[in-house]
Amino acid sequence: MPASNTYESISSVTLSNNSTTVTFGSIPQTYTDLVLVIVAKITSGGLDMFVKINSDSGSNYSYTQLYGTGTSALSARASSQSIGIAGAVYASNDGVVINQFMNYSNTTTNKTWLTRINVAAATVSLITNLWRSTAAISSLELSSGNPAGTFTSGSTFSLYGIKAA
Amino acid sequence: MITNFSTSSVRTGIKRKRFWDQSAVANSFFSIATTTVGSGGASDITFSNIPQTYTHLQIRAIFSTSVSERSVRIQFNSDTATNYSYHYLEGYNTTVSSSAASTIAYGLIGVTPASTTYPGSCVADILDYRDTNKFKTVRSIAGGDPNALGSYAWFASSNWRSTSAITSIKLYPSSGNFNQYTQFALYGVLA
Repeated sequence: MPASNTYESISSVTLSNNSTTVTFGSIPQTYTDLVLVIVAKITSGGLDMFVKINSDSGSNYSYTQLYGTGTSALSARASSQSIGIAGAVYASNDGVVINQFMNYSNTTTNKTWLTRINVAAATVSLITNLWRSTAAISSLELSSGNPAGTFTSGSTFSLYGIKAA
Repeated sequence: MITNFSTSSVRTGIKRKRFWDQSAVANSFFSIATTTVGSGGASDITFSNIPQTYTHLQIRAIFSTSVSERSVRIQFNSDTATNYSYHYLEGYNTTVSSSAASTIAYGLIGVTPASTTYPGSCVADILDYRDTNKFKTVRSIAGGDPNALGSYAWFASSNWRSTSAITSIKLYPSSGNFNQYTQFALYGVLA
């Protein structure tokens, strides 16, 4: 058995005020994967949660989303987007979102991540995402809608790192 | 965040094992082995001599295949008999579908997109892998988006009808080879 745990907390944010964005900057490059766990609401309505990686606003993002509305199972996709999807947030109840950013620190492969969304009052969903860049991920900027909505006070954003052998 | 919790049996009152929700972290998640495919590609990846000291296993992977849009199969303990079954639900472009198979020679943990450049990925949990009282179950979320048609959001359950402890895992594409930079990492989880 390896001597040490390989799943470690990097940073955690609990909003003390409503906020339109949450940013994890200067992400250490010492892990293999990132796991971003979000428990959040917004002030009104329901919106996709977006992520901008390394401040990249180019048309380098795409996604495919499998989701259930309560009455139907649907799939949607989009190419060449200027921002990525990192979940969904609603005002009706806190949603739980887990993002798995795979091999974020390598510089040989394009980056992919899996997003699992559970919002009891609104949807369940699985999203596969692509960022067409081989750059290591060093920052993640999350926003609650486009145009930006507002994350409510008390929403939590926890970033973990997993280190492979 | 709920990291883990215990349950009690209504019938017996006996305290049960803790569940795990993929986000338990405190001194419970350990790297066992990692394989990265080299420039020649690889027909399969095998983890052998898996330690029998954890409660669950997790496979975390990115992969692409020489033939695109392939499933990623899994076998345990070199068992190639028809002792496996699976169900999956997928979003393929804008179409939702589901499929299942039983009495087949492999389980499924992922799928690659319509690209040999843009990788697919998966997170697969193998629960109670060394419990000799139950058949083994795998759950997986996976997918791949090539910035074009031929994209998948996919999740599955597979079953291996054996009570043997899992000591080795073979992973291979439904056809073709894994491409360079494909990486499979195996972790052990303590409950």
